[in-house]
Amino acid sequence: MSAASAKRTIRVIVNGEARECDVEPRTHLVDCLREELGLKGSHLGCEHGVCGACTVRLDGEIVRGCLVLAVQADGGDVRTVEGLSANGTGRELQRAFVARNALQCGFCTPGMLAAALELVEQRPNATRTQVREWMSGNYCRCTGYHAIVDAVCEVLAQGAAAKTITGATG
Amino acid sequence: MKAPAFDYAKPRSMVEVFALLQRHGADARLLAGGQTLLATLNMRLSEPALLIDLTGLAALRAIGVEGQVLSIGALATHSEVERSELVARHAPLLAMAVPYIGHRAIRNRGTFGGSIAYADPAAEWPACLAALDGTVVAQGPGGERRIPARDFFRGLYQTALRADEVLAACELPCTQPNDWFAFDELARRHGDYAIVGLAAAARRDGRALRSPRFAFLGAAATPLRATRTEALLDGRALDQAAIDAALGCIKSELDPPADPVHSSAAKRHLASVLLKRVLEKAR
Repeated sequence: MSAASAKRTIRVIVNGEARECDVEPRTHLVDCLREELGLKGSHLGCEHGVCGACTVRLDGEIVRGCLVLAVQADGGDVRTVEGLSANGTGRELQRAFVARNALQCGFCTPGMLAAALELVEQRPNATRTQVREWMSGNYCRCTGYHAIVDAVCEVLAQGAAAKTITGATG
Repeated sequence: MKAPAFDYAKPRSMVEVFALLQRHGADARLLAGGQTLLATLNMRLSEPALLIDLTGLAALRAIGVEGQVLSIGALATHSEVERSELVARHAPLLAMAVPYIGHRAIRNRGTFGGSIAYADPAAEWPACLAALDGTVVAQGPGGERRIPARDFFRGLYQTALRADEVLAACELPCTQPNDWFAFDELARRHGDYAIVGLAAAARRDGRALRSPRFAFLGAAATPLRATRTEALLDGRALDQAAIDAALGCIKSELDPPADPVHSSAAKRHLASVLLKRVLEKAR
């Protein structure tokens, strides 16, 4: 058996790009993303799964990046805020966050965006109450949450409006 | 904080898992979704030498029905249970409980079997397993054995699993016509650890509940079946007098441990509030 600190080579697709790096088994996914791959968008708050600042997408689903080992992501597909907000709904959420002042210090924002994106994609008809419940896994210490919920609801409403227009013309 | 150094293995077969467990004994820990284990390692509450990652064992992931039994593979995630039509149809209690488990990102990763094996008394799945009189399927080098829920939870984070065994699946009786279920829970923030919760099951018989099973979470060192209150209500018409009697009984039956925020008396009161809610809804 190899020594516990021996590094393993992992291969992951990060934001659509094939990457490879050497990590100790104890290294969690966000430390790997930040320290090995130079992607500083994902943040670490509590590092025990409570605050949600480290939320990233792994194989299509949001996860706590501090509660997934980098070696467990080997062969997986990772999307961080850098990739998620490049275009489409992620970009739209980012715009709404700025427009609604849904951030002050911005530390929680990458995790908020990742969580909100999965909500908009999977629950396009979510009510405001459901938005609050879904986002309750992500802490914000600045805004008091209302502006964040406003921003997510705005993007949900845009989606609903777009569907109505498509339905009317199509 | 950062986890201490450990070695990591991702076996491709149960035989490999058993060999690793035999070789490393108590120095090894099984890793499934990691939503509890990795958090505790980051807090350095333990320092295992080896993590054995079970997630390469696809056979442990299946949710299926055979005869009148719903089987949930140990590696099925909370989200997979939440999405499962089989679960919704055959074990509606689980569908009622799953939204209370953690938050979305945690449900996407945490597993049913991990929650049962960890046996946190404040967790939802152990209480559901107790309320449904489910069975744990354990696999070891010598074969498979089935452990009823009432024998499985032994104490705080203690189960009947032996050191060389792996929790492979849980089996639940499929729901029958007239079955009744309820789940409710109190927490300071949605998805946080429950202060106290209640998983309930019974068979409806006119105005009465037959063989009611009330399993409380957060009320003892294990999920706790309130057997005296169950016996008191069994077959009795669910009128106001019956509910009042049940609430009196539950307060004398429960002796929950205090937590840093809630006294034992407060938790006992909150448990009775939950029982009141589900019984009034059942009327």
